[in-house]
Amino acid sequence: MMSSKEARSLKMLHLTTGRVGCLLSKQVVVALTSSGARMSSHGHHEVSDSVDMSQPMYWDRLDTPLPDRPWKDVLDSTDKSLKQKEKGPWTALSKEEKIALYRLKFNHTYPEMKRPSHEWKTVIGGMFIVFGITGLVVLWQCHYVYPPQPHTFGEEWQAKQVQRMLDMQINPIEGFSAQWDYKNKQWK
Amino acid sequence: MSLAKPAMRGLLGKRLRFHLPIAFALSLVAAAAFKYGVTEPRKQAYADFYKQYDATKEFNNMREAGIFQSVRPTGE
Repeated sequence: MMSSKEARSLKMLHLTTGRVGCLLSKQVVVALTSSGARMSSHGHHEVSDSVDMSQPMYWDRLDTPLPDRPWKDVLDSTDKSLKQKEKGPWTALSKEEKIALYRLKFNHTYPEMKRPSHEWKTVIGGMFIVFGITGLVVLWQCHYVYPPQPHTFGEEWQAKQVQRMLDMQINPIEGFSAQWDYKNKQWK
Repeated sequence: MSLAKPAMRGLLGKRLRFHLPIAFALSLVAAAAFKYGVTEPRKQAYADFYKQYDATKEFNNMREAGIFQSVRPTGE
């Protein structure tokens, strides 16, 4: 199961080739076509990876359900006969024929579009790699780039600073000096 | 091939009818929690502090500690 899904996701990238055989309609394909696997032809695409954007495009998007053109627009004779039958009353169509018509028009169903992937592992892994590299850069810079610390960071100066803040009664109600016990000269 | 027809209309209304009362209720709870957890204790703390506050005494303490420039400690 897994390999066919991966194969399908890889094939999504190539607009020139496609595979009709999906798990549900495999038997339908065998029934309606001459051979099991075949190319779903998209006549006008270039062989290279660029797409002609002046032609109507097909897309599989969750937010835009109806693309400008059907998935398969170059139909062989069995497909054409099915499309002819579609012009009549739809109650005459069998379940397999309806599914085949759907597969002519669309590449992936919504559940197939929403299938989970392993991409998150790549994303998280890449994130951690970048964090690591950044950490190394920061370490190097702490050692080689930063100037000496100001004298006000020293232990003695900091102690004198705290004492002065307590003398001034900084935030005596809910803040700094509120934590100091003035009677016993210690922190509460 | 006989699934029930899904709901086609009223989706936003249904969502709002479900989520809006919850949103209002949670907002009220958050506001009440902040009022009675933060602002009322704070008001009480300030009231208690200033009930026993002697400004002159505190000023003299600060003066003796030497933090002012305009009035030096009594010794100097």
